Amino acid sequence: MTDDTDRDPGGSGAGAAPNGWFEGDAAGGADRIREGRADAPADWPALAVESGFADDESDYYARLREATIGAAREAAAERERADDQQLVHAVRAMDDLDQRANELAERVAEWAGSRYPDAATGVDYARELAGRDPDSTVDERLVSLAQRVAGLADEADELRAFVERETPEVAPNLAAMAGPVLAARLISLAGGLDALAKKPAGTVQVLGAEDSLFAHLRGHAPSPKHGVIFTHEYVRGTRPGKRGSAARALAGKLTIAARVDRYSGERKPELDAELDERIAQIRGGEAE
Amino acid sequence: MSEDLPTGVERRSFDGESRLATRGEPVYGEPTDEGWRLWDAGRSKLGAMVELGMDAGLAGGDTVLYLGAASGTTVSHVADFAAPTYAVEFAPRPVRDLVGVAEDRRNLFPLLKDARKPETYAHVVESDVDVVVQDVATRGQARVAVENARFLADDGRLVAAIKARSEDVTREPAAVFEDALAALEPTYEVVATERLEPYHEDHLGVVARPR
Ligand SMILES: C[S@@+](CC[C@H](N)C(=O)[O-])C[C@H]1O[C@@H](n2cnc3c(N)ncnc32)[C@H](O)[C@@H]1O
Repeated sequence: MTDDTDRDPGGSGAGAAPNGWFEGDAAGGADRIREGRADAPADWPALAVESGFADDESDYYARLREATIGAAREAAAERERADDQQLVHAVRAMDDLDQRANELAERVAEWAGSRYPDAATGVDYARELAGRDPDSTVDERLVSLAQRVAGLADEADELRAFVERETPEVAPNLAAMAGPVLAARLISLAGGLDALAKKPAGTVQVLGAEDSLFAHLRGHAPSPKHGVIFTHEYVRGTRPGKRGSAARALAGKLTIAARVDRYSGERKPELDAELDERIAQIRGGEAE
Repeated sequence: MSEDLPTGVERRSFDGESRLATRGEPVYGEPTDEGWRLWDAGRSKLGAMVELGMDAGLAGGDTVLYLGAASGTTVSHVADFAAPTYAVEFAPRPVRDLVGVAEDRRNLFPLLKDARKPETYAHVVESDVDVVVQDVATRGQARVAVENARFLADDGRLVAAIKARSEDVTREPAAVFEDALAALEPTYEVVATERLEPYHEDHLGVVARPR
């Protein structure tokens, strides 16, 4: 095949010359900025003029500017979208770990109850047991199991810290309004920031209502019809008769926050202020 | 006071104090005076180096490769007085802002790239740049400088801010700086170093030329 040699528009012989971003296949300049490579730089402005790509140096820089701006904008948007997927994995893993830690802590509590009069329940008790010196082969197994529980709970804590740190990067407005963990859950339930930004407020309001995660959260959230946003203080802390309105107002503003995060990324504190005001209105006077 | 500021950088009076300034579109809400934008040494490692009188090898109208541009605070000033300015930053969020800064300037080229992998932008950045400015604040700062020496002209300058805490939070900054300078040594001849206090704590400003 000799087709490859036709690529060089200058016809000055392909192969030997180094490849600048402005040479190569039919893809656009921005794509070549993103995908191209070279081991060493060269006098690209001069080569581009020589090859006929640009009329002169200032024409070259004008084209370079357009291509780099386009490439940087596209690549940044793509990478940010990828970041929201990392968040989705992290928050799901965190919930899995919490759930397993709690399940196993129950097993530990039941086992410990058969051996010690002072046995208690929960992850905290498992952590306490994990630090004991076993003095029988049975205790060895029990303490080892408790150590696994503590390890799972530690990992969940690490993931929570990661989510708290990363969510404001991916979705600054949503994180500020919902809190980073709830924001990450909403992104996760929707399947990504892009998908969340496309949902109507009514859907955001009930996201997670049907999810198995909710079973786990039910302890704090007696009214599943509101979805995970029920865990937000603005819903939970509003008196029952007004909770529907509070949930609607919250979902409305969260939807706007998700769209701003997805399409501009700029932090807009006035959104939080508007929500604060609206909730105060709904709660109307009960705070007095 | 005799001072060799690059052409395009001037001292102007802001609130009665003489401060560095460059001329261009405002970027981050900085104070301006008749089109001159305050270049705050407290917000810019390069600004601090200039303020401290280090010779960064910048004359004005230079070709610059800037590594670790973040959202463009410092590189916006550089592009105000330099000629082609290539700005490399690998975190996507600040690049969004950087793109906005580039849109207001004709000579600023934003690149979402990893400064540890120059082969991913050597097809874009031209050879023989006058100055490589580096402010990456991440582990392996000396290696980044070494990897990017390929872009410098023979008489060009590396102007780097080394942040001690980025290498090792537990070690003495002086020891971290010593190691960083030793790692530069095979590739660069260090011509000046200066701690950037009081503008930036535990940072070392380094000017070096390629061997
Ligand atoms: C201290 S900030 C730079 C501030 C900026 N120079 C200014 O004064 O406006 C360091 C930046 O370097 C970026 N950075 C760190 N490692 C990098 C790498 N390997 N490649 C490109 N950028 C990097 C970080 O994302 C961060 O935005």
